Amino acid sequence: MLDARGLSCPEPVVMIRKAMASKENEYVMVVDNVTSKENVTRYAEHQGYTVSVSEASGEYTLTMKK
Amino acid sequence: METQVKMTKLAKCAGCGAKVGAGTLAKMLDGFKTHTDPRLIVGYDKSDDASVYYLDKNTALVQTTDFFPPIVDDPYLYGQIAATNAISDIYAMGGEPKLALNIMCVSDQMDKKAVQEVLRGGYDKAYEAGLIITGGHTINGAEPIYGLAVSGFVHPDKVLTNSGALPGDVLILTKPLGVGILTTSAKADMVEPEVMDRIYKQMATLNKAARDIMVKYSVHSCTDVTGFSLMGHGYEMAQGSGATLHIKSADVPYHPEAYELAEMGFIPSGAYRNREFAEAGVKNVAGISRALEDIFFDPQTSGGLLFAIPADEAEACLAELKQAIPAAAIIGYVTEELDASIYLE
Repeated sequence: MLDARGLSCPEPVVMIRKAMASKENEYVMVVDNVTSKENVTRYAEHQGYTVSVSEASGEYTLTMKK
Repeated sequence: METQVKMTKLAKCAGCGAKVGAGTLAKMLDGFKTHTDPRLIVGYDKSDDASVYYLDKNTALVQTTDFFPPIVDDPYLYGQIAATNAISDIYAMGGEPKLALNIMCVSDQMDKKAVQEVLRGGYDKAYEAGLIITGGHTINGAEPIYGLAVSGFVHPDKVLTNSGALPGDVLILTKPLGVGILTTSAKADMVEPEVMDRIYKQMATLNKAARDIMVKYSVHSCTDVTGFSLMGHGYEMAQGSGATLHIKSADVPYHPEAYELAEMGFIPSGAYRNREFAEAGVKNVAGISRALEDIFFDPQTSGGLLFAIPADEAEACLAELKQAIPAAAIIGYVTEELDASIYLE
């Protein structure tokens, strides 16, 4: 799991972009703010992944699947 | 010139992206005791760009302040952009800037030369605008900050508030959007230097030419499109005017590079705050893409003027504007108040 907690824009997107260079079918990332949730979702969808989000105590877990 | 320490690395937020959301501010100030004064033509109540105070039948005082952390690494350019952005609120009221005070915070990592370059940028833009910096205040702190408190003058009958738009007006915007997305993307090295040079040049361009042309026409309402984005500032104009703004989405100028970067999620947090503030009042009737919406909610640093002008004067005004500002465009029109403040058509 990728941990982008504590990072602010655009760092979480940079992190997922680097990770997705390995072209796996599934990635999971945890972020701790709405901007990161929205931005990482946009990046993953742009790369053809389907994103589902679960929230718990202010943290968002993004599951990105192809 | 570049100094050894990258100015933008010293700041958490980029430029106007650092702005606290409009909704948050309004809630905090609610219920505070204030004096009333009939000479106060424009106060806080209409969420306008600057305050305006009646002095005599020919003169009103216009006051504003704006400052932010570094948006570029070059301290001279940063100073220019911060000053341009601060002065803009005077132009947005139809006024002429005359006096200013520096507002500055210096961090330990900045050397003397960098501090001097930031100030030189501010002084050069002040000179270009025809205003005098008479002093200021500088402190030490964790992150660099620079900006100005600016005073200017306007004829009391020619104050351009953000709440005077009338049905039948046409909307003109004088600078392309996408600045927040591009500066955020630049932090991740996603933008070619030539593109960023274009953005920096735009941010350091005073709204003086736009203002000087605009005031020759019977403009009803004006604001500058900065931290609250086209949607946020448009929402305030619509609400203040009791009207609905119709935005012809395909006609809104934006930097084309911003589109794919928005699709890829290089969007500043200010854009999401702007969405939260204005989204309920925006009706996307044309079904425009999420990326284009993101551009419309994108916080602009030192953005252009948005003004409402009678339809029969719009073409002549635009033609004159285009000679000085080729990117200026008619982006929509105003009607009586409908079921949303902004229609995206």
